[in-house]
Amino acid sequence: MRFKRYIAAAAVLPFALAVTAAAEEPLKIGFMTTLSGPAASVGKHMQDGFNLFLKLHGNKLGGRDVRVITVDDELKPDLAVTKAQALIERDKVDFVTGIIFSNVLAAVFKPVTDSATFLISANAGPSIFAGKNCNAYFFNVSWQNDTVPEAMGKYLQEKGPKRIAVLTPNYQAGKDMVAGFKRFYKGEIVDEIYTQLNQLDFSAEIARVAALKPEGVFAFMTGGMGVSLVKQYSQAGLGIAVPFYSVFVVDETTLPATKDTAVGLLSTIQYAPSLDNEANKVFAPAFEEEYGYVPSYYASQAYDAAQLIDSALNKTGGKTDDKEGLRFALQRADFKSVRGDFKFNVNHYPIQDYYLVKAVQRADGAFVTEVVEKVLDDHADSYASQCAMR
Amino acid sequence: MSSALLAVQVLNGLQLGVLLFLIASGLTLVFGVMNFLNLAHGALFMVGAYLAVFFYQTSGEFFVALPLALICAVGLAMLLEATVLRHFYTADHLAQLLATFGLILILNDSAKAIWGSIPRSLPIPELLDASIPLFGDLSYPVYRLMVIAVGLIVAAALYYIVQHTRFGMLVRAGAADGEMLAALGVDVRKLFMTVLIGGSALAALAGILAGPLIAIQPGMGDTVLILAFVVIVIGGAGSIRGAFIAALLVGLVDTLGRSFATDFFRLFLSPATANEVGPAVASILIYALMALVLALRPAGLFPAAGRT
Amino acid sequence: MMRAMARYAVAAVVFWGLAAIPLVADFFGQSYLVSLATRIVIFALAAVTLDFLLGIGGLVSLGHAAFIGIGAYVVAVFSLYGVSELLIVLPAAVIASGLFALATGALALRTRGINFIMITLAFAQMLYFGTTSFSALGGDDGFTLPMRSSVLGIRALDSATGLFWISFTLLAFTYLLFQVLALSSFGRALGALKQNSDRMEALGVDRWQIQLRAYVISGGVCAIAGVLLANLTGFVSPSYIAWQRSGDLIIMSVVGGQGTIIGAIAGAAGFLGLEEYLSQYFEYWRLVLGPIAIVIALLVAKPLRFSRRHG
Repeated sequence: MRFKRYIAAAAVLPFALAVTAAAEEPLKIGFMTTLSGPAASVGKHMQDGFNLFLKLHGNKLGGRDVRVITVDDELKPDLAVTKAQALIERDKVDFVTGIIFSNVLAAVFKPVTDSATFLISANAGPSIFAGKNCNAYFFNVSWQNDTVPEAMGKYLQEKGPKRIAVLTPNYQAGKDMVAGFKRFYKGEIVDEIYTQLNQLDFSAEIARVAALKPEGVFAFMTGGMGVSLVKQYSQAGLGIAVPFYSVFVVDETTLPATKDTAVGLLSTIQYAPSLDNEANKVFAPAFEEEYGYVPSYYASQAYDAAQLIDSALNKTGGKTDDKEGLRFALQRADFKSVRGDFKFNVNHYPIQDYYLVKAVQRADGAFVTEVVEKVLDDHADSYASQCAMR
Repeated sequence: MSSALLAVQVLNGLQLGVLLFLIASGLTLVFGVMNFLNLAHGALFMVGAYLAVFFYQTSGEFFVALPLALICAVGLAMLLEATVLRHFYTADHLAQLLATFGLILILNDSAKAIWGSIPRSLPIPELLDASIPLFGDLSYPVYRLMVIAVGLIVAAALYYIVQHTRFGMLVRAGAADGEMLAALGVDVRKLFMTVLIGGSALAALAGILAGPLIAIQPGMGDTVLILAFVVIVIGGAGSIRGAFIAALLVGLVDTLGRSFATDFFRLFLSPATANEVGPAVASILIYALMALVLALRPAGLFPAAGRT
Repeated sequence: MMRAMARYAVAAVVFWGLAAIPLVADFFGQSYLVSLATRIVIFALAAVTLDFLLGIGGLVSLGHAAFIGIGAYVVAVFSLYGVSELLIVLPAAVIASGLFALATGALALRTRGINFIMITLAFAQMLYFGTTSFSALGGDDGFTLPMRSSVLGIRALDSATGLFWISFTLLAFTYLLFQVLALSSFGRALGALKQNSDRMEALGVDRWQIQLRAYVISGGVCAIAGVLLANLTGFVSPSYIAWQRSGDLIIMSVVGGQGTIIGAIAGAAGFLGLEEYLSQYFEYWRLVLGPIAIVIALLVAKPLRFSRRHG
């Protein structure tokens, strides 16, 4: 009689071992971001945001141990492709995430999705993958590029000035920003001023704005360019006569440099560290305590990428081989985002709220952005209708 | 386009030109006198800015930070000269390029390791934090006027030193024919060291002055380096006068180009096309200028005497 | 005789070494190594063309990345019209690049020394800013190629190994071409111009013509690297033309031993290999690469005569 029990146990044992072995195999995440050059500060925010989630959850996603392989794309798309291929073929990662820049994303998109590996962009949100080229293996947890300036366009259309000057660098992302802005802002655009990448001195452009005498200026100028622009704009003393509205200029990656010169400036984005929701009440203070600086939306997006993966794996029991099931779980986006409401559109880009935020100095001296009001509620991007996925 | 705007843009162009001169003057002297290709020059611009940030944090006063940062930068330049640069005085350009490129890598990553990759800030000294109305209702920042003033004073001082002192005579002679100079018994080594350190000090000064205006981050010297080389090529390597005129020319062409190129194209192209063409043309204007100058004068505008 | 044998020996080692990589990769199941090897082969090709110009001719082109860019963009333009045949695209790229080299070289070669370096940079910068602004091909975001090129209709480049071997063959061809040119009277004249152009011109040699010929051949053939790079990454962007890329090429060509032609291949392998592996293990890997560059500079430094009068 007892024999049967033992035989049964012996029969089950290898399966049990196999299952536990699979579960013990760590989950591998390829985290690709820019860690050198001028954009390295953004890369650090994102890296820290992602790693914070792991720290708070015992280095586990969906119950599985995690191994993060961090890769620097150096803002070189062809290098990024090689490294992405290494992540997929050598390291056999289950997810590729991170990705700050649209051109890096465009380069790695095909190799990663073709290999049936899930690509979760925690920042880059170009329109090409939101419409016709939407892909079952691609998810974006930040925003579609146009939606952020759309929010500013809506705000200015309703509350503000009738004549605006636009200031942006002369490259694709800049042109996307202008297009998004114009989709909602119907007032007069007195001029579109295009600057050069890596430009240091904006005195010529600022003088031109002053001469045009618009009722406001809408600017898109990332990283160090944005810091220079804000400082110089403040020094020119134009801020009262021509208020400075912007996107991706004034945030926690640049405020430590611009400090006073940025106080009072308005921008639109989907996150601020002061947002009052359950997840953010955990995230923001924990981030500051762990890393010693205030998290930007970049950090929050990377944190949400981790949350997304965690939530999906919780649904599949930690398994990644059933791609259909995993995709379904990802689409559910069943997690509490630090930005508040969050769900995916059919093209796997977010439907979320956008806020007007203002740069302020906190009581403890740090410079942060704070929510002023909500501008767009449950807003989707304009390209989803072109996506064939349903 | 009003005349007031044009006047302001000219002033902006001059200010950019003066800053470029500060950076390029050191570079042209080093290249002209020592035939030394110093790519690390741009990195010293960055070092000046970072040192100013450091001393500002400790002292709280811009005008205290300035001299301290300058002294420290000179010290660093002396260290680099003694450890690395002096081994390449008689080497070919490519070896110099490789070695100074190596220095750029080291300096950039050191800055990132010490101060992080997030841009740093250096506020404008309160004394100069104002704008004065200049032309009609357009005002101009006082700080930038100070930068112009400093640049002009340095230019005048350099001119005096190079033209009217014994040291300057050695510099000019070295630019013309260094071999002869050595044959005449001049301590060329010391001359080189002085020129290199002096040039580096000028680059650091430019960095300190530019600090309150721009973002201070690792690699900020790289863009500036290219501009400096454009200036010395247009001006003629080895010539201070050439560097001064070329710097102002580049500053003006770049600024006026950026300000008015799109307007110009709107005169005969559709606004949408002009918006594409204008900024593209503006970004290549200084290179086109350099190509034009070199087409007419392959050695630059004012090459140092003795060079073809 | 000995020098020739040594040269052949080194060449054999380098080429067999490169050829071994896909086999080794297969054995260890690390197929991505093949694409790394292809990347090395591609940049080695570009570095070889530069080494001929720079190592032998003494013409330091800081704008060579432009030729890679032209090659890549020709692939992109053809794909817009649905053409992906390598036997059409490759010659077209070489011709387009050669014409660009002809136009820019004609002007650049009137200058010398640092002026030459800067004007080659200027032309590359113009191309860089031009492609960044040109939204029809994606501008700064770049352009994704729908598919790789085919050879006579055969999709030989679709596999990683297929692309590797075609690139390898083209590298071998390029190496042989420039090695033969280097040893020819044309190559010797070019080298002599580097040593002492005044004397050569006194002997009746037309400096401008010979150097321009070298510049056009070098620039034209370099476009092959661009065509292959576009195929490797499936992506074309202005970043291929950034001035730092031209700087990288110079380093690859110098580090291996300027003027040896084969050295450029070794230099490319060393530089890219180092970049790949250092960055994996060490965040501040440039702090390691910097001193390495300085040490190599000390080793390759050739003492220069003091005077600059002689060209």
